Amino acid sequence: MSEHESASQRWDKLVRPEHVHGSLYTDPAIFDEELKKIWYRTWVYVGHVSEVPNPNDFVMKSIGPQPVIMTRDRSGTIHLLHNRCPHRGNRVCMSDQGNARSFTCPYHGWTFGNDGQLRGYPFPSGYEGVDRSQLGLGRVARVANYRGFVFGSMASDGPSLEQHLGPAMASIDALCRTSPEGEVQITAGFLKHKVKSNWKFLVENETDGYHPSFVHASIFEVAKSGIGSLYSSESSAVSRDFGNGHTENDLRPEFRKRGVPLSWFGTSPDRLPDYVSRMNAAYGDEQARGIMIDGTPHIMIYPNLFIAEIQLFVLQPLSVDETVQHVTALQFKGAPDLNRRMRQQTMGSVGPAGFLLADDAAMYERTQLGVQSKNPEWLYLGRGKHRERLDENGYRIGDATDETPTRGIWRHYRSLMEQA
Amino acid sequence: MVNEAKIKTAMVDPAPAVATPRELLDQVTQFIYCEARLADNHEYDAWEALWTDDAIYWIPANGEGGDPENQMSIVYDNRSRLALRIKQFHTGKRHSQTPKSRLCRIISNIEILQVDEKQIQACANAMVFESSTRGDTIWASRNAYTLHRDGDGLRMSLKKVVLANNDRALYSMSFLI
Repeated sequence: MSEHESASQRWDKLVRPEHVHGSLYTDPAIFDEELKKIWYRTWVYVGHVSEVPNPNDFVMKSIGPQPVIMTRDRSGTIHLLHNRCPHRGNRVCMSDQGNARSFTCPYHGWTFGNDGQLRGYPFPSGYEGVDRSQLGLGRVARVANYRGFVFGSMASDGPSLEQHLGPAMASIDALCRTSPEGEVQITAGFLKHKVKSNWKFLVENETDGYHPSFVHASIFEVAKSGIGSLYSSESSAVSRDFGNGHTENDLRPEFRKRGVPLSWFGTSPDRLPDYVSRMNAAYGDEQARGIMIDGTPHIMIYPNLFIAEIQLFVLQPLSVDETVQHVTALQFKGAPDLNRRMRQQTMGSVGPAGFLLADDAAMYERTQLGVQSKNPEWLYLGRGKHRERLDENGYRIGDATDETPTRGIWRHYRSLMEQA
Repeated sequence: MVNEAKIKTAMVDPAPAVATPRELLDQVTQFIYCEARLADNHEYDAWEALWTDDAIYWIPANGEGGDPENQMSIVYDNRSRLALRIKQFHTGKRHSQTPKSRLCRIISNIEILQVDEKQIQACANAMVFESSTRGDTIWASRNAYTLHRDGDGLRMSLKKVVLANNDRALYSMSFLI
């Protein structure tokens, strides 16, 4: 980069309206810059309050490659703490989850409350005059939650979580409405699926409506799944760019055309009678019917929360070419029979041996290999550009198989990366 | 040499009413080796034929797996889902197995833990070397088997594969393990 080159000029060489440069997926220096400007600055999804339901519960989570302990203190407040002793840098917590009022570093016995504050150290006469308040665990600068979804930002200033989420909040609302009690629960444990690929290939794939008919043809064929037709060129579903990097495949037009409750989940009301009656009781027959026709969202909340109808994925970059997908079945409070099927379908579909995700992973890993070839240098993201349009709310939409989401993701990426 | 005498008897009578512990261990070992070979060779149909109708093929995540009805497992297939898995391979469009992983597994430490009239509980350790487009991966597991006598042979109603590193993030493993 020349001294006088502006950020905008530099990024013109990498991100264009219909093309991105292959080095964006392979250059370790760009990855380091992404950590600084995206993962350690913007709002990143960390976990769900239902993972720490009781006072003093904790669960090990992450922001980018770094582990973060999500705790609930005895007053109920959620904290996000760095897993690093301020003394010699040792990890203070080696458990994936548990219940603890404090964490004691095994190296020299420093003890921290689950709010991160230093409680004490052995042989304190050696620390005469030291200000203990400066020696707590590192905290993620900002913690906020929307309807139980906990996000962290390592920047002390910046847009609020509400500003960041924008219209994605309505999608989370819609998701919560799938529960007769209006709450999502994350209680089924996570599969951790690693791929040798850059994280951005995963983000882009989550709302790529072009690939399912090809990557997932094998399972659609043998399971006689109706998913394939949702992502055909005849589909009335739309792809949408909400801005701020958030994108979705809105399948509701297809489900509304079918007009059958629970068709989105490949089932029917007579097979989930308990769920249907609880929904009718909670929302009234008419609204419940609408909710059960529309189904749950398929939305990628930038940069790492993917709500995929029945699953929740959390994307975690480890390095420029290694990414982990943490995935679990969504569970809805007050919906035991629905939840059981959600778990069963999720186990079949996702994770290292999943009918769907093992094949997505093969594509991620082969694109990572492919972009290292030198010619052509660019990837082409032009699908559906000519028919891109604005919806009634002013968001860019395209046909079901168009690359409107991908272009939106890159517009946002560039805006983040151009910042100092 | 009592054992040798019994083995000779067994060779004369191919289906003794009551096998000695050594004979049973041999039979179980041969079954487990056969299952391993069919999986290594991607002989999907022959592998599927080793299962009973009430089969459970279980690969837990995060340790021993807890309650598979409530917690995520890497694989928790009943007989029909197992059949679906095999059918998916046969489409030729299971991209994660196109090309197929090249596999070579070693099975050892085979022990019979419990025997009754209905079934045999056995366990073994496995090391699987996988070579794929992504690179080479070594998978290590402790396996548990529930086997049933079926005529002269055995069939499997449970195979539980506890990967030693299943608490960590794992690469794809869509081959039969």
